[in-house]
Amino acid sequence: MTAAVEAPPARRPQSWLKPVSLHGGWRSAIWFLLPALIGFVAFYLYPALRGVYISFTDWNLIANRGDWVGTDNYERLLDDRQVWESLKITFRYTIINIVSQTILAVAIAVLMDRLTKSVLIRGILLFPWLIPNVIVALLWVWMLDGNLGVVNEFLGWFGMEPVRFFTDTDKVIPTLAGINTWRHMGYTALLIFAGLQTIPKSLYEAAALDGASEGQMFKDVTIPLLRPILALVLVITVVGSLQVFDTVFVATGGFGGQPGGPANASRVIYLYIYQYAFDFNQLGYAATVSVLLVVILLAITFLQLKLLRAGESDLA
Amino acid sequence: MRKTLWRLVAVSFAVTLIAAACGGDDDGAAEAPAEEPGTAAAEPAEAPTETVTIEYWLWDGNQQPYYEQCAADFEAANPTIDVEIVQFGWGDYWTNVTAGFASASGPDVFTDHLARYPEFVASGVLVPLNDFVARDGVDTGAYFPGLAELWVDDNGNRYGLPKDFDTIALVMNSDVIAEAGVTAEDFAAAQWNPDDGGTFQQLIMQLSIDANGNRGDSGDFDSGNVEIYGLGLEGNFGAFGQTTFSAFAGSTGFSFLDVNPFGDSANYDDPRLAATIDWFARMIDEGYAVPIEDVESLGGTTVFQNGSAAVMADGSWKIGTYLGADTPFPVEFAPVPVGPSGSRASMFNGLADSINQNSEHQEEAWQWVKYMASAACQDIIGESAVVFPAIPSSADLAVASHEVNGVDVSAFTVHVDEGTTFLFPITDSASQIEALVGPAMQEILRGQADAADRLAQVADEVDAILGS
Repeated sequence: MTAAVEAPPARRPQSWLKPVSLHGGWRSAIWFLLPALIGFVAFYLYPALRGVYISFTDWNLIANRGDWVGTDNYERLLDDRQVWESLKITFRYTIINIVSQTILAVAIAVLMDRLTKSVLIRGILLFPWLIPNVIVALLWVWMLDGNLGVVNEFLGWFGMEPVRFFTDTDKVIPTLAGINTWRHMGYTALLIFAGLQTIPKSLYEAAALDGASEGQMFKDVTIPLLRPILALVLVITVVGSLQVFDTVFVATGGFGGQPGGPANASRVIYLYIYQYAFDFNQLGYAATVSVLLVVILLAITFLQLKLLRAGESDLA
Repeated sequence: MRKTLWRLVAVSFAVTLIAAACGGDDDGAAEAPAEEPGTAAAEPAEAPTETVTIEYWLWDGNQQPYYEQCAADFEAANPTIDVEIVQFGWGDYWTNVTAGFASASGPDVFTDHLARYPEFVASGVLVPLNDFVARDGVDTGAYFPGLAELWVDDNGNRYGLPKDFDTIALVMNSDVIAEAGVTAEDFAAAQWNPDDGGTFQQLIMQLSIDANGNRGDSGDFDSGNVEIYGLGLEGNFGAFGQTTFSAFAGSTGFSFLDVNPFGDSANYDDPRLAATIDWFARMIDEGYAVPIEDVESLGGTTVFQNGSAAVMADGSWKIGTYLGADTPFPVEFAPVPVGPSGSRASMFNGLADSINQNSEHQEEAWQWVKYMASAACQDIIGESAVVFPAIPSSADLAVASHEVNGVDVSAFTVHVDEGTTFLFPITDSASQIEALVGPAMQEILRGQADAADRLAQVADEVDAILGS
């Protein structure tokens, strides 16, 4: 994942372009690579290429066949207002989710680093991440229900009106983003925590000697030196966030609801693809939207790595 | 060392067996003699002729025990056929059926739905039953009128034999209506219209209570602080509103399609439908009906069972749910109200069993379908009273069985007796229509869109799909 980033040539000898000399070790190396290579070709490369092929057909899922229709699906995509609506919803979800999750995770990581060395507490923070997504979604559906949920019971004690977290068109996306923040912040914090370990303690000592406060140290030492790790974390979480599906499907589908509801307010792009593929049996068009999603994800990832200079560290 | 080696051999043998069993029905592959003690993956197959296993899928867990009984009787009469019943919840069911078709596997026989089967027919994955029916002389007139014909497509091919039917009625919380001095007879005599809701709306208002104990028909009713809603809603309205608006819209004379089955234009722009949906939106707004937001997540049944709604329309397949332990109060049933057309109306839906084109044992699958559609099996289902069987004499058993328990289910059967049913709309694009109309209904019921405008817009989109 070393991106081509502008950098002082002295520090980057471009070694990744030169073939690595294995001193004739290729023969044994190939055996170690083969299992992964077979897996990659069978489960990534071939399905991806076939997906692109299917996007040029009118593939019917149930009949499992389709005819070549050229660029029909792509022309349809350009005219399809619903796709852009779904993308807008997805981006809204991603922004809320990433901002809240990253801020909380950095805060937790710094607290773990500066306050406690307890492995137990670090372990507890990972708990939500260990629960399967579907269970998380069902759990919150019950807890946040407008009539029967325990959360609204609490709110009621303070004289507040019941909040319809999942069935209010304006609240459903923030609610879903919040649930996934709850689930992922511990894991993200752990990644950032690992990054914090790479910052030499001597820098904090020096800063303290210069009379820097804890807040100044965070701003001027921690954050700049954390940048490469933060960039990696952001790439992973943003890509994951744009691909949100299971939580939305389970939580808004509820018990007989319409996934993506209410009134399509939470129909994220993956759900849109799912609908075409598995509800409408139009696998061809679903594949076309998937290709669009891949292009978007690639562009976003590239842009992030470039902007955040992920390949470099400020640690001399 | 020897022992380890032996275990290794045993394990690899077991793995091979399992792999063979998973690999599909390559005749006899899974029947490999299993002499290895402890690796009983394969059944001992010492029957005189080869036993054929028919996999049968259904979604209603309540019905499974009774179909297991049917299967046991069927296997006793047909020793060479083994029926394996698999149940999935409604949501997972169709995903799994679709995945089965896509991967050229899936069940041999499965419970089919009117909203789904035309799409399967269009994809050519169901076995037409015409030849089987003709050969074995199955009397398709043995069922309630109309049920068998629902499963014949516009080319005259038959894709299922009926097993049951369902209609819609009102379910009432007996405690709540008694307290308000309302009886089931009041509801049975009620009239409804979409303008002022008729006497039906008067009853619903009478049953609504706010937090201060004011009833909906008093001037002091606080619509923003309701304790018990007079009218519950079973759930999402969706495109066909089977358990929600269909009985009301139907009683205005509205019908979903120009021709049913297989029409090529829908009537979503019919002003009678807009007026009906508008009435529901007003009832919600005025605090007499449960807000749609409250039933979309956990479902309206939960709201009703929670005691927050007094009366609700629902389907006959849910009778057992309301009489069961999850409903902590006694209930009664009443027919849906008489509408502007001068009569009641109930959507008439029936399930059937279809055979998968991928089945390698279509003859045996047909035997099982035929048995489930016969009086022998339908009597078992009828006696259990879990649903109304498609054969009238078997359905009588269900009614009688409820009567023994002191439950009057005539509110559901009255539609069949009086001929006030209309057929479930059958199109080959039900899921796309659902995806278009469902969200529109959600907007209207939230007061975010005007019923007539939004439905007119949706009508064009639906017609574009049906016409293509």
